[in-house]
Amino acid sequence: MASSSIEFRKELFADERPEDLNEIGKPKQRQDALGHVTGRTAYFDDHKFEGLLHMRCVRSPHHHARIRSVNTSAAEIMPGVVRIVRPQDIPNNMNTMLSIIGFGRDDEALLQDKKVAYKGEPVIAIIGETELQVRNACKVVQVDYEVLPHVLDVEEALTPQAPVVNEEYPNNTFDYHDLYDHQKLRFGDVNGAFAKADHVIEGEYQMSPIEQAPMETCGAIAAPETNDRYVCYTSTQALFFSLGLSAKFLNVSSSRLHFIGGTVGGGFGGKVDSLHEPMAVLGSMLTGRPVKFMWDRAEEMQVGAPRGAERWRLKDGVMNDGRIVAREFTGFFDAGAYTRLSSYAIIKGTGHLPGPYSIPNVAANVYCVYTNRTPATAMRGFGITAVDFAIEAHMDKVAEAVRMNPIELRILNAYRDGEMKAHRRLAKNTALIECCQVAAQKGNWAIRPEFSAMSSLQGDSAKVDIPPTVVDHDGKIGDRKRGVINDAAPSKDGQVSDKPTSTVAPVTATQAMGEAAREPARVGADTMPSRVRSAEQESMPARDLPQPPAPTPAPPPAPAVPQQSAFAAPQNTPSDPPSTPVVPSTQQEPYTRGFKRPGTSPFVRGTRRR
Amino acid sequence: MAVHKGRGFSCINYPIGMNLGGDPSQALVHSTPDGKFMVTLSAIDLGQGMKQVSRQIAAETLGVPIEDVYVDTADSDTGPHDMGSFASRGTHRVGNAVIQAAREARSVMLDAAAEELEVSAADLETDGKGNIHVKGAPSRTIAVADTAIAAQFRQGRTISGRGIFLIPMSDVDPDTGEMTPVSCFAHAAVVLDLQVDDETGEVEVLEVNSAYEVGRALNPKMVEQQLIGGAWMGISHALFETTEPHYPNRDYGATDFNHYLMPGPGQVVPHHIAVLERPAEDAPYGGKGPGEMCANPLLPAVTNAVYNAVGVRIDALPVTPEKILRGIKANGGARPQGQSWEV
Repeated sequence: MASSSIEFRKELFADERPEDLNEIGKPKQRQDALGHVTGRTAYFDDHKFEGLLHMRCVRSPHHHARIRSVNTSAAEIMPGVVRIVRPQDIPNNMNTMLSIIGFGRDDEALLQDKKVAYKGEPVIAIIGETELQVRNACKVVQVDYEVLPHVLDVEEALTPQAPVVNEEYPNNTFDYHDLYDHQKLRFGDVNGAFAKADHVIEGEYQMSPIEQAPMETCGAIAAPETNDRYVCYTSTQALFFSLGLSAKFLNVSSSRLHFIGGTVGGGFGGKVDSLHEPMAVLGSMLTGRPVKFMWDRAEEMQVGAPRGAERWRLKDGVMNDGRIVAREFTGFFDAGAYTRLSSYAIIKGTGHLPGPYSIPNVAANVYCVYTNRTPATAMRGFGITAVDFAIEAHMDKVAEAVRMNPIELRILNAYRDGEMKAHRRLAKNTALIECCQVAAQKGNWAIRPEFSAMSSLQGDSAKVDIPPTVVDHDGKIGDRKRGVINDAAPSKDGQVSDKPTSTVAPVTATQAMGEAAREPARVGADTMPSRVRSAEQESMPARDLPQPPAPTPAPPPAPAVPQQSAFAAPQNTPSDPPSTPVVPSTQQEPYTRGFKRPGTSPFVRGTRRR
Repeated sequence: MAVHKGRGFSCINYPIGMNLGGDPSQALVHSTPDGKFMVTLSAIDLGQGMKQVSRQIAAETLGVPIEDVYVDTADSDTGPHDMGSFASRGTHRVGNAVIQAAREARSVMLDAAAEELEVSAADLETDGKGNIHVKGAPSRTIAVADTAIAAQFRQGRTISGRGIFLIPMSDVDPDTGEMTPVSCFAHAAVVLDLQVDDETGEVEVLEVNSAYEVGRALNPKMVEQQLIGGAWMGISHALFETTEPHYPNRDYGATDFNHYLMPGPGQVVPHHIAVLERPAEDAPYGGKGPGEMCANPLLPAVTNAVYNAVGVRIDALPVTPEKILRGIKANGGARPQGQSWEV
């Protein structure tokens, strides 16, 4: 088999990259390499405990069903069974993952007692002496289900007659900003541009659900420590996420939890969901013994949250010379039965549109849709991979329509330093054109000299401004249920917005919480050449670009109207709450205090900008 | 019956760090009594090399050899808060926190050395080999180890530092989607060559040529392993993987690796990579994080190349032999596209 190769093209961007460092940029061997290659590295499951108990779940065989009753009497007398864990054993059995940063409403139980909304949803857990004994006990639990109609397709779920998947979101869509049933992006006037385009090219793209497939399946082992604490060894990708959510579910002070992890046998996004840690700690609390809760491979693949399916429709307006003048997206994320992280990934995906291109008119409607399937979660490229597939497959169709070299089409439309992006921030530190040029060269794909000569550094001075933008207020929460059915795609009946072009304050990195927070970012800066613009200038036109015909005045200050927080702050709440003294936490203060109030997680308390 | 060759192109950019910010990471650095350094974190090493990259950043900033630095991570009793290893945030956020903590520790170390050498700390520099000397007078020197001993046992100083990196949360305008999503972007472009058998519908990827722009490559070997492995994963996503082969129908979902299709290590495609390095101003030593993004361009490159080979657009992943054969049948035969543009 031919081998692979790698080269470092140091001549590119050399003036932005001093090469005078001792350790950075050197191929140093990892500190953990020896342990990994000799098989001696300890993972969570390598921590052995005397008297370790095992925990498994009884799971729904139905896509959607009401739980009439659960009979565990046969399981209770099975050999080795130590404890049946029921939903009511969980002190605070309702959560949404991003409550940790105050985003979204609690919508998912660790164990369901009323209704299951996907095949594989856990109903009861059993703790026993051996894994085999627990498996056998799970088989004899009798759950009486009333099977309900289910919905598996995202667009079917949007119809008014579709069954309600998730009671917290009865419209089968996540509520954005307490206002819309989708996330909008509006920049310029796509419909005006489509009318003037030489070609309008449409396409639909479907991403499949994909398994993260780590070698080590997700799991945790918890055990009582001395001093009324619990230790938890975990495969989590996010230690304090898991610790915080466990404290919330179990309604205990975080100081009673001691979480240890850090070495994980593959994650790829599938180990963020923090379901195992609260279950293992709960098991340990209920039995006073060490408890392991770990998925087998079948659970990992079908119950463990996959990369969610996404459906994207793209519509491009293109001129004969290959310039893309408008691009419209309609996106549907299949979240499965509960929110997990899908709603957040949609905002990330929306901020990513229209891909790495400067397109003067962009619109998108993106929906987080609940269906009766395993909830989706993060996976490598979360929020981006599927839409990048759609964009780049679509670019090929555009190239074909205008009979253009696909690489030249990309270079022609590529975003460059100083150009305005659709989310209303100037592009900086771009390198798409250089990547296209180098890949073409390596792959022996000829491009014409004028395309070889282009550079990311030379932005187009005609692309620095935010255009007059057509906005609409279609798709309010609950509209579809009320019979107000709009096309899922961005509205064709919008009006030019009379709001200021910028309503959201730019954000820059801060290096310290509290007293030193006002100092601008310095980290990494002294390795950077002075020609790189500072972060503070990110919403201003670039200095080294040709100036636009009329000098662009600084954007007006943010309007006085209260802004909708991205983080579901209640509407009309003043953005700056009256300062109340923070009560110092006592050891037994329940950890959940901050969680029920959006935006006041203990992890970020005092650091919100407003 | 024939095997048709095709090539496809794709390029992408990729946002680094948790969307909208609001995701702090902390780091602590301290010296042992003889001048070795411990970096304490709560970051997770998923195999991507989080510990190693933090170690290199700490050694660089402290000005000491990497052999004298170790990283201890993810014990909630000792490690400071970190949001976690996801969203391409590890190197960017934790790395910046490590720099800040290492700077503070270095400053104390130089103060201690200055006291021993009876000079001003501003006149001192490190040689990266375990010594501190007076600028322009290399004979006036003290070992980092002796400095630490002096600090600990004579001066009563802790050579230690604290660091945090936070990009405060951005709001989102509900009507326009205005936001500050992330602070920097990585980039990539790939040319992918494959062949399609028009009798079996089978696709064999022959070669990938790529350019990946990753900011500064903090550890070139770790960048290489990420790009080779991640691109392989992207090809696997395009051609094989799904938990629900009849999506949206849930039947026939795989429950083990006999039925969940993935190429094996022997099927890693020859991949010729060029790494471009345009450092990001707010990234640690400019490094952006290559791990997540490297799979993305491969998916559309595969479908674009399949179209080029046999004239079938596969717009729903994965690209199965069945979809290819149905497409060829609908077209009345394979339609190799060749070069469809004018030169």
